[in-house]
Amino acid sequence: MTDLGCTIAGVESINPFWLASAPPTDKKYNVERAFKAGWGGAVWKTLGEDPPVVNVTSRYGVHRSFDRSIIGINNIELISDRPLDVNLREIEEMRREWPDRVIIGSIMAPLDEDAWKSLAIRVANAGVQGIELNLGCPHGMCERGMGSAVGQVPEFVEKTTRWVREAVNLPVFTKLTPNVTDIMIPAGAAKSGGAHAVSLINTVNSVIGVDLDNMVPTPTVDGRGTHGGYCGEAVKPIALHMTAEIARHAETQGLEISAIGGITTWRDAAEFIALGAGAVQVCTAAMLFGFRIVEDMNDGLSAFMAEKGYKSIEDFKGAATTRTVDWNALNMNHDLKARIDDDACIECGRCFIACEDTSHQAIRIDAKDDGGRKFTVIDDECVGCNLCMHVCPVKDCITMEPVDTDRPYVTWPEDPRNPLREAAE
Amino acid sequence: MRHFKVNSDGSGLAASDVAENFSDLHPPLSPAQAAVEAARCLYCYDAPCINACPTSIDIPKFIHQIRSDNLDGSAKTILSANIMGGTCARACPTEVLCEEACVVNHTEGAPVKIGELQRRAVDHLLAKKGPHPFARAPETGKRIAVVGAGPAGLSFAHRAAMLGHDVVVYDAKEKAGGLNEYGLAAYKMADDFAQAEVEFLLGVGGIEINHGQTLGKNLLLDALRKEYDAVFIGAGLTTTRQLSAPGEALDGVRDALDFIEDVRCASDKSKLKIDDNVVVIGGGNTAIDAAVQAKCLGARNVTLVYRRGPEAMSATGWEQDLAASNGVVMKFWASPKSFSGSGKVETAAFSEMREQGGKLAETGRNFDIPAGLVLKAIGQTLNEKALDGLKIERGKIRVDENYRTSVEGVYAGGDCIAAGEDLTVQAVEDGKRAAHSVDAALRLPKSGDLR
Repeated sequence: MTDLGCTIAGVESINPFWLASAPPTDKKYNVERAFKAGWGGAVWKTLGEDPPVVNVTSRYGVHRSFDRSIIGINNIELISDRPLDVNLREIEEMRREWPDRVIIGSIMAPLDEDAWKSLAIRVANAGVQGIELNLGCPHGMCERGMGSAVGQVPEFVEKTTRWVREAVNLPVFTKLTPNVTDIMIPAGAAKSGGAHAVSLINTVNSVIGVDLDNMVPTPTVDGRGTHGGYCGEAVKPIALHMTAEIARHAETQGLEISAIGGITTWRDAAEFIALGAGAVQVCTAAMLFGFRIVEDMNDGLSAFMAEKGYKSIEDFKGAATTRTVDWNALNMNHDLKARIDDDACIECGRCFIACEDTSHQAIRIDAKDDGGRKFTVIDDECVGCNLCMHVCPVKDCITMEPVDTDRPYVTWPEDPRNPLREAAE
Repeated sequence: MRHFKVNSDGSGLAASDVAENFSDLHPPLSPAQAAVEAARCLYCYDAPCINACPTSIDIPKFIHQIRSDNLDGSAKTILSANIMGGTCARACPTEVLCEEACVVNHTEGAPVKIGELQRRAVDHLLAKKGPHPFARAPETGKRIAVVGAGPAGLSFAHRAAMLGHDVVVYDAKEKAGGLNEYGLAAYKMADDFAQAEVEFLLGVGGIEINHGQTLGKNLLLDALRKEYDAVFIGAGLTTTRQLSAPGEALDGVRDALDFIEDVRCASDKSKLKIDDNVVVIGGGNTAIDAAVQAKCLGARNVTLVYRRGPEAMSATGWEQDLAASNGVVMKFWASPKSFSGSGKVETAAFSEMREQGGKLAETGRNFDIPAGLVLKAIGQTLNEKALDGLKIERGKIRVDENYRTSVEGVYAGGDCIAAGEDLTVQAVEDGKRAAHSVDAALRLPKSGDLR
């Protein structure tokens, strides 16, 4: 029997799926619907000092793939635009009515110790199980010296984290912005400040598109546009990388990870957990499909765990972390060749043209007796890059076959071809 | 599969039912449907669909242009290979051409709807009524005559005009378009599409059409040869084959193409009278078009009789299904023996057939079908009398690989040549390629010219 229950930064949750601090967690009505649908927790939409912010009209833009499905959203919405009192009262009610669910209070304040501390205390008193510091919002709030303007300065990350640690006796999640060159620096700062966990990633700074009729970026507010925060499936790889870096490096050991970034299915969640996340947060998938999307997240993750024999999240948390290494630790002697299954091939030619135009000219076309085309890999030219396998529209038609080179595991620093090779002793 | 309103209980069809029956066979794809359909295309390299298209339209490219929201470019991609891409999108048996070759058949069990996507792009461009998308090359001063304003003749005329020549088209009928205008089921060419397409095509300039000109009657090949630098014959097959069965001359025994033409030309189809009992003889798409349209007009019993089995019919499986699912009774392995009736046809008599040593033979069993209207769709033949001097081979004009007939300066294409496949799209390709052939010949220095 699999158990989806998990504990992150000391906070117990019935499952690893929380709603991230964002429009879906703006008020009790939404969060109640989310809990009914099966979400384990919610990070309330970021609370700031009164008076509340004022939002503009037209807030979201989307990035579509050819089949018109949305692969990313960008938003220019600010933090909660409702009075703090109203939010805190609703949080209290929700905590009372849903004792088995998690509510984390997300907060944001100007770079001032009293402001952070008093806000943290007020939110803690509403009964939240943890405090999350929003240091990531890359639009609007940063122009007021908050959000990513704080998150991009390691010293500020450490300071604000410490202030909140000092003010409340609750687990502290420092939410990081991906809009930095090296995530390890703010993550390390959060750790130094005493964070129990980091939440990442916040949205990626972006312009989602341009209205070519009116020559203005979208989303458009009365003829003008601004950069916003990008989220959804498209940012998942960025978030996976940052999760892995924090999980695998010694300097951030002990820092728990609440992973965020394009999680749409149970599989996405499992990948983040495998790279070291203790739980995940979701926003875009819920915004696109509604809260019921969590049903299959729970169901699919359970089924995956049962199939693999994992009894709890803990059983596979970080299971891929040690296999995530620097490029310099890869085996230079590993060799793969593409193999095309003739029976499965539909003769679309995509593998050929991808290899011919943009890779290594390693696929040959021969005429078949039936008038069709036979595609064959030229082993001498194939570098095992995987491109043909990825562009092939037929699952498992092209596979990558390891070549038995009979050669040892040799990394680049050890490789004789490396002109700067370290003396191997 | 479209289901028409049919007169199954004998109470007839209301005028509105008939009008609805003759609306578009396939309603055009909505922009949303087109986007979904276009996304299914795999953008194959050297795609099998291109090779399956007689005009070699770059199908992956035009579909990609639909999904990149470049509809004008998409239409231009289609029309540069096939100026009648609009008719072909409606009338091509795509299920045995591009869509049969589509590799998505193997992954999803059904092809990309190439024909419907093609229609979306071409209809978009034609509806804009903007400037013609193709420019003419500098005028050559050469004049070319074209006999027949059907798909072959008009395709030739358009390409020849693009190449800089002046073209004069002669046609026997009142309207241009040939079988596009007169020979296809009305629901395949709704909203007078054939004329819209002709108007678009003439937009290139340099083409004049003279109507009421019939080769061998008031139009003579010799005279055209003298007057013009070259002549292209795209006259089609205009002589109806005869069954040579007793009673064939009876009133009510007609050529199916004449019937189809009457239906096409009727502005109010509910005013057309149709007999309760219709018998169609033949196995091609013309037989299906006649039979289904008889049903659409309200005929109660429509029987399509073919002398062999369904697999031998030249009508595609899809066309056969359209007929069968709209109540046309398909009677196979039967050949017409005679027609009888007092004053007009009342009964059609058939003999049952079978195959014996690869040949058709009567079984000796016969049957009658009540028939107030008999439509013969057994094919057309070349009107050889009008083509004095041209070599004819197995009933078609003989041409070489450059569409040259046996007479110098005279070219031919479409259904009237041996390679003709009875397909609009093949006729368009013939016209296009013949135009390039004529162009190359006209640009050669004449023997004796000083270099």
